[in-house]
Parts: sequence; structure tokens; C-alpha cells
Amino acid sequence: MAKDLHTEGNGAALKENFATDQDVRWCPGCGDYAILAQMKKVLPELGIPQAKTVFISGIGCSSRFPYYINSYGFHTVHGRAPTIASGVKLANPELSVWIISGDGDGFSIGASHLMHLCRRNIDVNVVLFNNQIYGLTKGQYSPTSPLGKITKTTPFGSLDAPFNPLALVLGAGATFVARTVDRDTRHMAEIFRRAAAHKGTSFVEVYQNCNIFNDGAFAALTDPQTKLDNLLYLEDGQPLVYGGETRYGLKVEDLALSRFEAGEGQDGEAHLHRETGMPMAYLSMLAELNQVPGMPTPVGVFRNDNRPTYDAMVYDQIEAVTQRKGKGNLKELFITGDTWQVD
Amino acid sequence: MKTTSKLKQVTIRFAGDSGDGMQLTGTQFTHTTALAGNDLSTFPDFPAEIRAPAGTLYGVSGFQIQFGSNPIHTPGDEADVLVAMNPAALKTGLRYLRNNGIVIVNTDAFGDRNLRLAHYEENPLESPDLAGYQVFPVEMTRLTKDALEPVELSHKEKERAKNFFALGMIYWMYNRPLDATLDWIQQKFARKPEWAQANTLALKAGRNFAEATEIFTTSYQVDEAPIEAGIYRRISGNEAIALGFVSAGEQAGRSIFYGSYPITPASDVLQYMAQYKHFGVVSFQAEDEIAAVGATIGASFAGSIGVTATSGPGLALKGEFLGLAVMTELPLVVLDVQRSGPSTGMPTKTEQSDLFQAMFGRSGEAPVPVIAPQSPADCFWAAFEAVQVALEFMTPVIMLSDAYLANGAEPWKIPDLDKLPPVRARIVEAGTADFQPYRRDPETLARPWAIPGTPGLQHRLGGLEKQDGTGNVSYDPDNHQKMTEYRAEKIERVNRFVKPPELNGPESGEVLVVSWGSTFGSVLSAVEELRAEGHQSISFVNLRWVNPLPELLGQILPNFRKVLVPEINMGQLGNLIRARYLVDTVGHNLIKGQPLSVSGLKSAILKLLED
Ligand code: SF4
Repeated sequence: MAKDLHTEGNGAALKENFATDQDVRWCPGCGDYAILAQMKKVLPELGIPQAKTVFISGIGCSSRFPYYINSYGFHTVHGRAPTIASGVKLANPELSVWIISGDGDGFSIGASHLMHLCRRNIDVNVVLFNNQIYGLTKGQYSPTSPLGKITKTTPFGSLDAPFNPLALVLGAGATFVARTVDRDTRHMAEIFRRAAAHKGTSFVEVYQNCNIFNDGAFAALTDPQTKLDNLLYLEDGQPLVYGGETRYGLKVEDLALSRFEAGEGQDGEAHLHRETGMPMAYLSMLAELNQVPGMPTPVGVFRNDNRPTYDAMVYDQIEAVTQRKGKGNLKELFITGDTWQVD
Repeated sequence: MKTTSKLKQVTIRFAGDSGDGMQLTGTQFTHTTALAGNDLSTFPDFPAEIRAPAGTLYGVSGFQIQFGSNPIHTPGDEADVLVAMNPAALKTGLRYLRNNGIVIVNTDAFGDRNLRLAHYEENPLESPDLAGYQVFPVEMTRLTKDALEPVELSHKEKERAKNFFALGMIYWMYNRPLDATLDWIQQKFARKPEWAQANTLALKAGRNFAEATEIFTTSYQVDEAPIEAGIYRRISGNEAIALGFVSAGEQAGRSIFYGSYPITPASDVLQYMAQYKHFGVVSFQAEDEIAAVGATIGASFAGSIGVTATSGPGLALKGEFLGLAVMTELPLVVLDVQRSGPSTGMPTKTEQSDLFQAMFGRSGEAPVPVIAPQSPADCFWAAFEAVQVALEFMTPVIMLSDAYLANGAEPWKIPDLDKLPPVRARIVEAGTADFQPYRRDPETLARPWAIPGTPGLQHRLGGLEKQDGTGNVSYDPDNHQKMTEYRAEKIERVNRFVKPPELNGPESGEVLVVSWGSTFGSVLSAVEELRAEGHQSISFVNLRWVNPLPELLGQILPNFRKVLVPEINMGQLGNLIRARYLVDTVGHNLIKGQPLSVSGLKSAILKLLED
């Protein structure tokens, strides 16, 4: 019943400009600007008209995003964007629906909704800006802030163990899971394209620098000096290798990824990354990799699986029931069960 | 020698163990009674436990019906007849039986074990407990088994037909034909002929026994009631609500999105809606109450008719989202099937205590229209009107039903499809020049509904205050004042659209009774009975739309010496009326999980008349 959004415009890029006339009000230097810029660049390439695009957000710095995209938009309630987005997509599966959320919005107050969205596999795209801090409320720790983090509400260090966002959404059944970094704009654009192309819930974690309250949280991943030694670019069918001056490979040993120095011609010894059909055991190793000291942070597509989307199944079921019972007829519905006539 | 005497109205309560088939017995009696042309009203009294152990007091399942040759508005305060299938049913049922009422008991169920389970120290049939009643002891189990001699079923299975034996006796007592139930048995057990045979024999045996035995000397005749011509069916409040929503969707030509989370006593409606897929209904069982309303608002934004349902605790959870719906002025219907609170309270029992929550349970100034159906069949129209108002005024509407309406049932005159009112959606077409998301209709103050997917109408909604017209984010002080006033005035204007309530009685006098929602039937009965007893200076108005309050109220309130506001809460509507009209209302507030009794209401009105 739902049309394929991606072929509707013959796949041809649109000339539409997705910018709005609203002033962008993030702090100067905030990582959000880069994400907005890449999104505005990618959207016209998707071939989906503005009018069929919907951006939905919760509350937080990132959640101002819909005001800056000339599509339909909805800035909703803290943590609840997945619920609104589910309703939008179920009401009209022909819309291309994006959820913009942050680490507090998506993993604290709204964590449960995000999990249920993933398990249902509703065909929407989630872009989660993870800056590991509460920005809009001015600098409290978030559910992704590391242990020991000093913030306004944890002056002696945070005692809260952080969530691992990707482990959570992988476990909840998201069918497309990826990570990118705000400063890595070309990579980000490519991940957005792929998220949009995926049918089912796409979850993209963007490491985003909050230069006001948590500056440099991802410096090791963005600083040209250290970046190559700390980022592992995942590519389908390619070996897990990374590094600047020294090149490393990763292989699976004793149910964990272990690192080796990969000399000339030794890439083949590294494990080949596959996006599709991989067991949770492998995905967990990847999701937890950057929690192991000395190990890199994977970016790119962790999982790209296919299973039926909830929205498509809802309409398939409506169609099947309608075929079986015939189109609903109020008169028949009213006269159900024991009726009687009074003259 | 048997005699027949005429009665105007009768209340019967069938009570037995959960496994005794009392709901079925009651439903069959009800249908036959409807076919006989009586007016009627019914109420089931299920155990709160899902599978209560047999024989226990909390395992008793009851079904009450009041029927008559005059208009019937309630299932009856007190039963004239109690059919008790075991000691527990007798013990719990006696509470509902009037003095000198008839008790028909299945003596075979009064063994030691059942007596103990019902906490009887001695057999009540042999004690003075039942002195004030007319007791008819019948060996129903044995007589049923005897009658089922030729049937090829086990003894245990044969015993299960005893409810039909009981029904047969009651059919004799009220001069009812067996045909409708016999037909039903044939249809229902078409594939189980031995069961069809068993139930048929039991039904006939019960009737024949009552006719032959000397225990029963009198049968009763209740004549046809004056009922408007038409096709009728019996409908419960929750069933009627589901039909109302589906009908409104069909009239609007838009699909209904029904997002809900299971909660007693509203879950039935989700179950019904889930069956209406061939009407294009999208039913969505969300992960929680908040997600249910969130998804529903999302669906409304995307052009569906969003409906969500809950009970009191769930409404509390939905509060923040309702604020968003008020701010974004999207159409939405929120059904609250009220139950006893606070907190988990008594989830299967009725109450009207969410009125304040519906009126004020949101942050900020967030008015919404509130409609309360007045009877099970009126639930259809209330649901229909709630959708009409939500679309016409682009606003969330709260519908306050309750556990009493949800499960209670009465005849519903099936509406003529051609006469269903139109349901209009304020949709903006593509290509509309100079579209502004918050430009209001001058008559209703509603904003236009621009649906995602429509080219050229892209806009952004959100919880932040909107600039008048453009809908852009605004922190301007005067704009906030203006938008707050618009949101309030818009709800007041609902009065221009909906039918004003009817004033029953003169426009001035001694006592005015103002009720709302489900207490309608009890209050009307009380007022009619008092008038019949010669008290003419009583007027009555029942509010279906509780917000906005109707203009009529302001006009007539000063014309009465006393104003009585009966409610199943501690005085919520009373408080609203006092605050709005500075009238010294008197409350009649009973909060027992039960509908207000007609007798209690009569005393309260009489007291004011005499004051
Ligand atoms: S507070 Fe941080 S996240 Fe928020 S806008 Fe400023 S820099 Fe960006």
C-alpha cells in the first residue's frame, strides 16, 4: 500500500532548498550546526519532496532542529518524539519521517519509547545527537556521561554508570544502526543517505560536541593528530583495520576483539566486517569496543538488516481483513447481534 | 390455583458463581424482555478477580435488569427478585434485595463446603436470616439432572445446564415465551447437539416445574412500554463508544487512529476498535499511556482522527501531552472511562471524580471541552459529538464516561444512516494562497488543519508559544496574553455548536437539580417519581457538555430557591457552578463505587423541598 518513497521522484535530486527563514539559535561553535548543514545537503538528494518529509523532535538543544528544516515539523514533548513519529508514520506511511533527539531526550526521559520504536521496526530515521551532557538546562550530567564526570549536579564526580546507546538499540532490535561524528561531515552525509534508504527503524548516533558545557568530549576522535589512531571505520565486507602511523587489525579471539599490529599485506588476518545477518555477539563486541582501554571507536554502519516494518504490516493487515470481510458497512455494523423491531 | 398480577416495573438480580453462567442467563432474559416490548436497563456485576475460586464471596457474578411498561432509566436500586445459585450469591445478593422481595435459591448448592466458603455458620435457609423475604427453595441441580436423563453428557456436564433451568422458571414467572432463547440455543450449539439438547430440556423443565409446582402461585405480567418505533439492539456504553467513533470517522471520510494502553474499565473499547480494520481503523496498543496519546497526536497531525482512551490514572500520565495538543490545536479525543480513585482505587467500580482532572489537570492555562455521556446508548452520540467538536474546533476533547456506563446496557435505537449528522474537518487544500497555520476561523476561532504531504503548506508545530497567525515561536508578552485568551474563548464557543441541555420542568421553582453524565438516569427517575407523588416544583437539567457550561445554566440558576448537585464525587461540578455563578449549591455526594440510588436522591430532594 505504501509507495516506495525513494523511487517516487525517480530517484532524481530535487532542487528544493530545505532551509527555513528562522534564525538558528544554537551557541556559536556548537556541533549541531554541522549536523544541520549535512542534513540540508542530503535531503534534496533523496528525491523526497519537502512536503512529504517530516521532522519530529523532543526537547533539548538538538530538538530545535525541525524549526530549521523547511519540511513539516513537530517540536514535541521531552523524550516522546518516537511516539509522535510512530503515529505520523502509521497514519501516513508515505511520509519520510525523521526523529531528532539527544542523549537526555532519547536515553533518559524517553528511553522506553526509543526501545519500543526499535522493536516494532517502524520505518523512521532517528538521529541522536550524543553530547554526553544536558545543554539546554545548562550543564548537568546525562545518561551517557562517563562515570566520574564532574558537572553542575555531580560536583564530586558522577556515580551513574552510563548507557551504551548502540548496545541498547541493537538489543532492542533496530535494523539499521550506525555512528558518526559531527566533524566528519562527509562520513555523516553518507550515513544519513544510508539511513534514509533503509526500510525499518534506522538509528544514527552522532557524537556531537557541546562546546559550552562539555567541550572536547570527543576530541580524540576529531583532532587530526589522534583521530586516525582512535577511529575504526566500518565498511561492509572490509577488514577491521585502522591506525595512523601504526596500522592495527582486529580479530575475534575468545569471544572478544583483540588487536594486532598489521604489517604490510596482513589486513587479511583481520576480521571482515559484515553489516547484515550478524549475531548479537559480534555486534556487542563492536558496540562495547570503545569501552575497552586502548581500543578504537567504531564509526559507520554496525547493522543493516531487513525485517518487515510495523507500518507496512499494519496496512497489509487492514487490506487483508478488508478483503475478507468486505469494506466496512455501518449499517451492518449497527445491526449486529440480537436486534428487535418496535412498531 | 395460580393467579396472574400486573406490574409496572420489576428488577431481577441473577447471581451465581462465576462458572454458573449468570451473564448468559441475564442476557437471554433481557433479549426476551426486549422482544416483549418492555423498556429496560441492565448492569452486570463481575468479580474483580480474573478466575476467582468457585463458591467464594468474591467469585460471585451478578446481572441485574430492571424492566417495565413505563420508561426505565436505571438498572434499579433494589431487586424485587434475587435468583441465587449458591450461598455466596445469596449472601452478597441480599444486600440488593428489597424488603419482602422474592429469593429463588438452588438448595442443592447449600452443602457444608459452599456454606463455609460463603462464611455462613449455619444454613441460612434454615435460619431466621431470610425472615423478611419470600423464599422459594428449589433443588435446581437435581431437577436439571433428572430432566437431562436422556442426554449423553456426564453428570458434571449436565449440572452446568442448571442456569437454563433457573431461566425457565423466571420465564414462567413473567409470562415469557421461550422461543427466542430456544432459537439462540439451536444456533449457538449447532455443532454440539448434545449441549443444544441439554439446554433446551433444562429451559423447558424449569418452566414446566414452575408451572406445576405449588411453590409458585403467582405469575406476573408487565405490559409493553411506549417506545419510539425503530430497530433496536441492546448496547453497553463501551460498545456504543466504539461504534460512535467508527461512525464519526466514516462521516468525516477520514480514518480513525485509536491509540491506547490497556486499563480497566476502558480496555474493551480498544478490543472493539481492533476489530474494525475493514473501516480503515488503525488501532495501536502502545507501550504505555504516554506513548498512546503521543502516537495519537502524531496521527492527528498527519491527518487521521486521533482517539485515545484511558481511565483516571492514565489521564494523569497523559497530562503533559494534552498540553501539547492544546498548544498545537490539533483535533484529538481523549476518552476517560472513570473508575474509583485515587491511585489504583477500585478499578472495576464507578466514580465521577475525574472532572477536575479533565478540567484542570494540565500545566498552564489549557482549557478543553469536556463531554459526559448520560446513558449507555448515549455513549454512541457522545463519542460522535466529541469527534465533531474536536475537528470543528481543532482541539482536544475529553470524554468522561465511567465504569457504570461502560458495562451497563440498555436498548439503543439504531440510527438512520441518512440522518447521521455531518462531521466536518477543516482541512486546507494544496495551493491555498497565503497559508498561515494559526490564522483562525472568525466564527469558531479554530486554526486550519494542514496535513503533512500537502505540497506548499510545510509548517512547524511545537509546544513553544506561537505567534498569532504565523505560528512562529514567540515570547512576546502581549502575544501570549492574546493567544491564551483565544484558546479560552475558542472553547467557550463550542456552546454555539452543540445542542444546549434540556430543562426538564419549569424555569423557576423550589428546587433545581443539576447533574452531569451518568447520574442522569437515577436523577430523572427520582424527579419523575417525586412528581408522581405530587411534588411539582422540581426542575432538572443534566449536563452532557460540562465544559463549556451551557448558557442556560446562568439564566435559570437564580430562579430557584435551592440548587442540588448530586455527584459521585466530593462536589466537583458543585464547585465549578459555585465559582462561576456564585450560587449556593447543595451537594449530594456519595462516593461508594456505586451509582447513586433513586431513593437516596429522592430523600435529598425532599429534604430541600422541606427546608
Ligand atoms: S548548550 Fe551545547 S549543545 Fe546546546 S546549543 Fe550550546 S553548544 Fe550546542
